[in-house]
Amino acid sequence: MKYWKGIEELESTPEFMSTAFAEFLPVKESHESKDATSAPRRDFLKLMGFGVAAATLASCEAPVHKAIPYLNKPEEVDPTISNFYASTYFTGSDYNAVLVKARDGRPIKLEGNPESPITRGGLSARAQAAVLDLYDSARLQHFAIKGQRTETAEVDRQIRAKLAATTGKIVIVSPTIISPSTKKAIAVFAARYGTTEHVMYDAHSASGLLQANNGVLPGYDFSRANVIVSLGADFLGTWLSPVEFAKQYVKNRKVSNDKRTMSRHFQFEASMSLTGSNADVREAIKPSEMGAVAVALYNAVVGGGNTPTFSNPRVAPQIAKAAAELKANRGASLVVAGSNDPAVQALVAALNQSLGNVGTTLDLTTPSYVRQGDDARMAALVKDMNAGTIGAVIFYNANPVYNHPLAAEVKSGIAKVPLTISFNDRLDETGSLCQYATPDNHWLESWNDFEPKRGFLSLSQPAITPIFATRQAQESLLRWAGNNETYYNFLRNNWRGVVSGPFDAAWDKAVHDGVALGTALPAAPAMLTPAMSVGDAVSRISSAPKPAANMVEVSFYEKVGIPTSGTGSNNPFLQELPDPISKATWGNYLAVSRSMAVANKWEQGDVIKISAPNVAPIELPVLVQPGQAAGTVSIALGYGRTMSGKAGDGVGANAAPLLMVANGGVMYTTVVTLEKTSAKSPIAQTQTHHTIMDRHEVVQENTLAKYKENPREVTEHEKVYTPDGMEKPNKVSLWQDYQYNNHHWGMAIDLNSCIGCGSCVLGCQTENNIAVVGKQQVINRREMHWMRIDRYYSSDHHENEFETNGKISTYAAMEDPSDNPQVIFQPMMCQQCNHAPCETVCPVLATTHSSEGLNQMTYNRCVGTRYCANNCPYKVRRFNWFSYYSNEKFETVNSHMFTDLGRMVLNPDVTVRARGVMEKCSFCIQRIQLGKLEAKKQKRRPKDGEIVSACAQSCPTDAIVFGDMRDPTTRLSQLLRREDGERAFHSLESINVQPNVTYLTKIRNSASEMFGPEEEA
Amino acid sequence: MQHVSAIREPLVTGGKTLHDVTQDICYQVEAKPNIRWIGAMSVALFFLGIFFYSVYRTLWYGIGEWGLNKTVGWAWDITNFVWWVGIGHAGTLISAVLLLFRQKWRSSINRAAEAMTIFAVICAAMFPVLHMGRPWLAFYVFPLQNTLGSLWVNFNSPLLWDVFAISTYFTVSLVFWYTGLVPDFASIRDRAKGPIAKFSYSMLSMGWTGSAKAWSRYETVSLILAGVSTPLVLSVHTIVSMDFATAVVPGWHTTIFPPYFVAGAIFSGFAMVLTLMLITRVVFKLEDYITLEHIALMNKIMMVTGSIVGVAYITEFFIAWYSQVEYEQYAFLNRATGPYWWAYAMMMTCNVITPQLVWFRRVRYSIGLTFILSIVVNIGMWFERFVIIVTSLHRDYLPSSWAMFSPTIIDIGVFVGTLGLFFTLFLLFAKFFPVINMAEIKAILKYTVDNGPTYSNNPGHHAPATITTVTPGVPASAPVTYDKHD
Repeated sequence: MKYWKGIEELESTPEFMSTAFAEFLPVKESHESKDATSAPRRDFLKLMGFGVAAATLASCEAPVHKAIPYLNKPEEVDPTISNFYASTYFTGSDYNAVLVKARDGRPIKLEGNPESPITRGGLSARAQAAVLDLYDSARLQHFAIKGQRTETAEVDRQIRAKLAATTGKIVIVSPTIISPSTKKAIAVFAARYGTTEHVMYDAHSASGLLQANNGVLPGYDFSRANVIVSLGADFLGTWLSPVEFAKQYVKNRKVSNDKRTMSRHFQFEASMSLTGSNADVREAIKPSEMGAVAVALYNAVVGGGNTPTFSNPRVAPQIAKAAAELKANRGASLVVAGSNDPAVQALVAALNQSLGNVGTTLDLTTPSYVRQGDDARMAALVKDMNAGTIGAVIFYNANPVYNHPLAAEVKSGIAKVPLTISFNDRLDETGSLCQYATPDNHWLESWNDFEPKRGFLSLSQPAITPIFATRQAQESLLRWAGNNETYYNFLRNNWRGVVSGPFDAAWDKAVHDGVALGTALPAAPAMLTPAMSVGDAVSRISSAPKPAANMVEVSFYEKVGIPTSGTGSNNPFLQELPDPISKATWGNYLAVSRSMAVANKWEQGDVIKISAPNVAPIELPVLVQPGQAAGTVSIALGYGRTMSGKAGDGVGANAAPLLMVANGGVMYTTVVTLEKTSAKSPIAQTQTHHTIMDRHEVVQENTLAKYKENPREVTEHEKVYTPDGMEKPNKVSLWQDYQYNNHHWGMAIDLNSCIGCGSCVLGCQTENNIAVVGKQQVINRREMHWMRIDRYYSSDHHENEFETNGKISTYAAMEDPSDNPQVIFQPMMCQQCNHAPCETVCPVLATTHSSEGLNQMTYNRCVGTRYCANNCPYKVRRFNWFSYYSNEKFETVNSHMFTDLGRMVLNPDVTVRARGVMEKCSFCIQRIQLGKLEAKKQKRRPKDGEIVSACAQSCPTDAIVFGDMRDPTTRLSQLLRREDGERAFHSLESINVQPNVTYLTKIRNSASEMFGPEEEA
Repeated sequence: MQHVSAIREPLVTGGKTLHDVTQDICYQVEAKPNIRWIGAMSVALFFLGIFFYSVYRTLWYGIGEWGLNKTVGWAWDITNFVWWVGIGHAGTLISAVLLLFRQKWRSSINRAAEAMTIFAVICAAMFPVLHMGRPWLAFYVFPLQNTLGSLWVNFNSPLLWDVFAISTYFTVSLVFWYTGLVPDFASIRDRAKGPIAKFSYSMLSMGWTGSAKAWSRYETVSLILAGVSTPLVLSVHTIVSMDFATAVVPGWHTTIFPPYFVAGAIFSGFAMVLTLMLITRVVFKLEDYITLEHIALMNKIMMVTGSIVGVAYITEFFIAWYSQVEYEQYAFLNRATGPYWWAYAMMMTCNVITPQLVWFRRVRYSIGLTFILSIVVNIGMWFERFVIIVTSLHRDYLPSSWAMFSPTIIDIGVFVGTLGLFFTLFLLFAKFFPVINMAEIKAILKYTVDNGPTYSNNPGHHAPATITTVTPGVPASAPVTYDKHD
């Protein structure tokens, strides 16, 4: 009996029989098998591999919960591709036309907009850092009534009802507003509520200047001035429109073989400012003598009058010299003053008038609008508020409780106003006192327009939808006025007739470019007080009371980083930006001259109590500041915030209450008494040694006279002995040189153009996700900036004293800066040495040389021996001492790396470095790669100027040129060829590390008797 | 066997017999720990606790716990490293170089000196690992095969040379030390009473029989290891000095460093040996083995190497002047007169001036003064490394980056912690291992020298063929004094 297992067995075909007794079916090796029943071995392996992989993958956690797929992908937005949108930065201080770099729908960096005829691609340090403000978790995230979150509609309802019922005046308090459409929105609001008044005041007021020029700020053009005399105006750092002025200023400061001329810049000031540090002639004067300088200069130029005397004997001859040069350059000179005293400004206006500068270097027909605040109006408002005549006050991004000299009166006044509303972005000192908080959008979330200068328009557009439940202030005003138009439409309609040509096209172009020509701003209201005549000004200055002998004169100034208004306080980038002069971060201090410190036995860091009549004293540590006028002190405003956020609160002390209000104007000088306390408070400086110790090889400078004579003799080169005679060190080498076959990236930095503003430092920081480390770590000398600006003061002592005084004592003496030193800035970042000392010493090859001349860091490979940092002659390597993104010690200062909100600002192209890893400037390798890829996609070589490092991109004075040195046609190659043998040098040439960064010698237009301390005595 | 002049002072005093030697030295191992040892161990363990705490802080939070900064990237870490490696030099020098030079007096001290070497190198090796930002990736410094193919170590880097130098030195020293220990372990094994001790020392002595063949091999291996270690005495610190000498930092970039470092290492090593031996001889009552003569001889070596170091210091200044290199000149002037002048003054006083006191016989033979001197020299040598590392780095090329360094509590903790580690290990060694090489010391006893080949004068004794038949006083492990050619 046989049971067949199947038809096949019954039939017993040979085909069947061949496999019937085999345990396994024969495996077919061929992949081309058409036989569906037999699985080829490879397919089997593939399937099994897939199966295993699929099973493994399925068990992994898929991080999908936050990724949102672009089901409806917006046009032009591609994941991982950055887009640039033109916009405008103006927060009441300096104006910058910007390009917003948005990556995956979130702004991550701001860059200068080269289309702007005003800032021409430059960007201030503050603007660089502003992108961080967008993601500030201290921002108020919703509408609130007395601090309690309330629905927007409910807030609107209540405010509308209260406004309608208001009997007294309604006042909108704001800093300067240069937006025509905002002003129109306010006008709409005012039309609805008839008693509305708009009061503008500036924390760094130019009220005096406005008054002297009948309510307008002259449009300045420093590029056309051969002689610039500044009476305390820090026009390169903080005065009116620093980026615009820096662009203009440097135009006439750049020299080349074909243009061996440059402007001569005189500066008379009390505290050493960024501008003063760039001046050819700088003299320190007491703040109380500023008026006398103006008078003396006026008398010397116009003739007549008696010449006042000055406590600094060097001032009078320099005034005479300045006057002589001004007279020789009529129509091509410029006098500016930073004083808020209308008398000084009246004299300066008269000086420019008599020098024929009006219409050339100074233009009253295209005035600047960046300061419109009227101190007198604000002072009157404070009085009215306290008198109870104000029915409602709306603070529109204004924080007078913090930054106004009459803060106490403002505070008491707010309590007396029946309706108080704040548009401020956070519950700050003022906003927290208001009943209603209706936070404004961040400007990166907003549509707006700007007219910084008559005839020059600028737009801002949202680069991200509002992150929080906020509403643009203009829209709030429109709503309350019963106008339901969106602000975008309101703004767009407002532009009809302003821009020329067919509107839609003109509008699109304006949005695209970010800037347009045309004027839309209504005329500013007249100043409360009229301009002063020259005679009145002179008599007022000469009759001003002299400060009492036991009192110390103090001048208040604005930091390049932190605005006087205090708006940047909670921005850790700005707090950690070293002051260009003192190199101090995180806080203000009492800057004193060395003579004063010695006389009072003060040491740096000693805490001094600063008292003035009728105000609470403040305490600040001493910083010995060379260049500070003898017997005077300086204090920066904008610090000592109490309600700005975790990073900004309690940093420094608020000096605003010490300011005097005299004749309706805010005076940025006063007299105080100083008293040493027993406390010590170290100042966090990124540079603690201040002189160059005669190391000419590090950074070089020379005079214009010498340059005119022979440009080939202005730069010294160290030579070494060789069998063929004296040679440059790079002619002899034990090393084999690298071959660069494709690109050879390099950089040239013109020290004549660098004004030391620090914009590059922050450009680099935002681009490269550089951690903020906080005050204590800066004190520990562990700041992380890849790019820094070294600042050296000149010393009275030099190597030529070795013979007479001995080396040891001479070196010791060389450590002390002069009392009124010359200053030189040197941007310093990785020099990308071709013979890099760091590369040879790394045991694990974590830092290596690229085929394009770059010195590369491989973070993954780095074990953190720090040998490379020790062996770096330029000390540009930065070590991650801590885990700056997760160590709770850094949560307040580096908050943007701790929260999901903050991390949105990080550049996804750059790794956030782990603890224990070395990092340094990469020449923005991610930008280089991007540029190369873009070119490759288009099947071409990268074009010159397409690939620019972040520092070069941000430099307002175009001091940094980046490019390919292998391509002879690039701007960099041409510059290096032209300057070879003239101004080009490498820092520390003698150690022969052969950097790819070339510096160009700084040229000073100082009169020969001013140059060198030997002749000075 | 050797022939020693009758009028020469014996190397071991007190007329010790072979039995006395075994008894004196094994006693410390076999007896219960004395109160002084327990006291010392408690202190050492306390410091070891500090070490663990400081290391925890360093590893958990990062190198930021130390006082380093962007300008001074190395300070106490590498100072301690070089200091410990330097201390680790005396052992090899004593056991290898002095063996080759037939300095018989070394037999009393070589065991402890070698142990000290091992422990010092262990302490030293802590720092290259701890000072790394990411010590968990420390294996990157080894040329290990990896899947990334092209990733390899950088043979240009002196730090990599360090890896090889230190690991070789440690291995050879350890083997040399252990080889010497084997016969002595066998002695202890043979005398051991407790089962644990018997088992442990049996394991440690690796079945040593004391046969003539074993002794012959022992001698041969000792000679070979001595030959292998001798170049290491020179190479290790030469390579350590190259961490600095090959760098571009003024004050580091100096060709004199290799000999200068080697001399300094021997200098500090002998100082540390003296410190330890002076304590051990008192605590363990070994005055007859470590005699005043030993102390005087070591003092002389210390003085010579100290003087070499002094000449090197002065030469550096001369070269700085002669080179006419601005940075170099400033680096040295700054060293002596800058903000860290006190460290330089410490170094000069301790390393150059105080050792010159040894010219006085009274000082040389004074136990108290020698002890103080040895401590002073160790302090001086620590400052030497601090001066080289920190004063060179803190003011190098760009004045903008000049900075000061000040240590944190963790810096100090790691350093005193390694002292705790060192003394813990040394005390454990002193308690459980024979601190003097019994086998070798027996060869230089006056008794041995006077009585010639031991066994021929002792007919009642039968050959030490097995480990079970041990005659008290002449252990199986005693050297066979057959007529070997010394």
